[in-house]
Amino acid sequence: MDRRSFMLAAAGGGILTLSPRGLLAAGLPSGAVEIGTLETLPGKVPLIRRSLRPPNFETPVDLLDSAITPNRAFFVRWHLSEIPEVDSSKWKLKVGGPALTTPAEYSLDDLKRGFEQIEVVAVCQCSGSRRGLSDPHVPGVEWGYGAVGNARWKGVRLRDLLNKSGLKKEAVEIAFDGADHGVTAATPDFQKSIPPWKALDENTLLAWEMNGEPLPHLNGAPLRVIVPGWTATYWMKMLTSIEALDKPLATFWMNTAYRVPKGKFAFADRILTQENDASTPITEMVVNSIITSIREGQKVAVGQDTDVRGIAWDGGYGIRTVDVSADGGRSWTAADLGQDLGRFSFRTWRIAIRPPKAGDYPVMARATNRQGMTQTSELIFNPAGYHNNVMQRIVLVAA
Amino acid sequence: MKSALVLCAGAVAVIATLALAQESKIELKPGPGRDLVMGYCVMCHSLDYIQANSPFMTRQVWEAEVTKMIKAYGAQVPPDDATKIVDYLTANYGVGAPAK
Repeated sequence: MDRRSFMLAAAGGGILTLSPRGLLAAGLPSGAVEIGTLETLPGKVPLIRRSLRPPNFETPVDLLDSAITPNRAFFVRWHLSEIPEVDSSKWKLKVGGPALTTPAEYSLDDLKRGFEQIEVVAVCQCSGSRRGLSDPHVPGVEWGYGAVGNARWKGVRLRDLLNKSGLKKEAVEIAFDGADHGVTAATPDFQKSIPPWKALDENTLLAWEMNGEPLPHLNGAPLRVIVPGWTATYWMKMLTSIEALDKPLATFWMNTAYRVPKGKFAFADRILTQENDASTPITEMVVNSIITSIREGQKVAVGQDTDVRGIAWDGGYGIRTVDVSADGGRSWTAADLGQDLGRFSFRTWRIAIRPPKAGDYPVMARATNRQGMTQTSELIFNPAGYHNNVMQRIVLVAA
Repeated sequence: MKSALVLCAGAVAVIATLALAQESKIELKPGPGRDLVMGYCVMCHSLDYIQANSPFMTRQVWEAEVTKMIKAYGAQVPPDDATKIVDYLTANYGVGAPAK
């Protein structure tokens, strides 16, 4: 890969480093740090524990150092503790609901034989990724940076199933249910819905394959919904039913959870049937990046190149540029972008930093998408800790 | 196919056992109300959720969490016990709670 190195105008010592509050990561709650041990789940490399039951485990940042996240390193997120081991040979998908003309039922083989097979590379990011870095802290799964991954998903288009069953014009939402459930019947089953226009998007898939292998159990085998551009809350795992609804889905998971204050973020995509005066469902991801190759306080040699790499993504417009600063945000240089795997994918980037003299070099990365949207320097606080795209700031120490 | 099915069932049992073994290592701080927390909360989730969400929640926020577990998630906790659970969580995992 073509590498670019940049000499730094500002040397260490005596430089005025910009360090407004928003640029200094608040850090995880100390309790989350204490339980954040590396644990090995079946079929996975060691991942960072955020909770044991239901299992919530995030990918260490150094394993996000590639365009495609390996299945074994992909983060794990479940809401409810009863997660059955589904026998894919007996599994069936039910397609129905009041806004569908002809209900249907499919086996995995029916889907594979009956519909065109499609692949898409897309980022799957938990809505709450980085919640643990919220300042002030907010309750929930206290995620760091790694509740995100990128994979090549293979399956069929949701719209092909809906069209085959005759979607009626009365349809207002398409609802998903999975095989997981709560311990007690009183716990609301995890169900989600998306608007028909998103369900009919050519990129919205039902996938059984992830990076050329069957979906791992912990990532939703045998079939999950792929909603490129949108946060993972809509990517229903262990999918068992799809319903075309003629009225909005009434469930805690749509009406109360996974919402952001209205007007706080600039979204193009909205679920109008689920909006109220105060809040609106989370939809597309904000533009974001992660620095994957260096660590806070890492020692580097004066006059030598240090490879700074990372990934960038957004809600489906695609990444235009990633700029990197080695002086805390005073000056910026464009990094080299890696291969373009499509507008829903991670885009890798890299740049070499060569410190001219000894001192601290606060490295920052700032991704910009093709809409011109970019990352923030101050957290946009919201009660659930969503959409944290504050630029990272990692200090290299040159000697 | 019968042998494969047996293997599969065995694998599931192993996963469950590993998770239980891990969970049994979670130790909450001693104090009044701990038994209630270990009795009610653990029915639906592991107790590391409590540890991870500390120590930044005020009594009001812990109260809201416990209320959410009862009203939104359907936890069957009588009001008296819920108050004692909030007392315990605030004292041991709330703002300014002593470490360990």
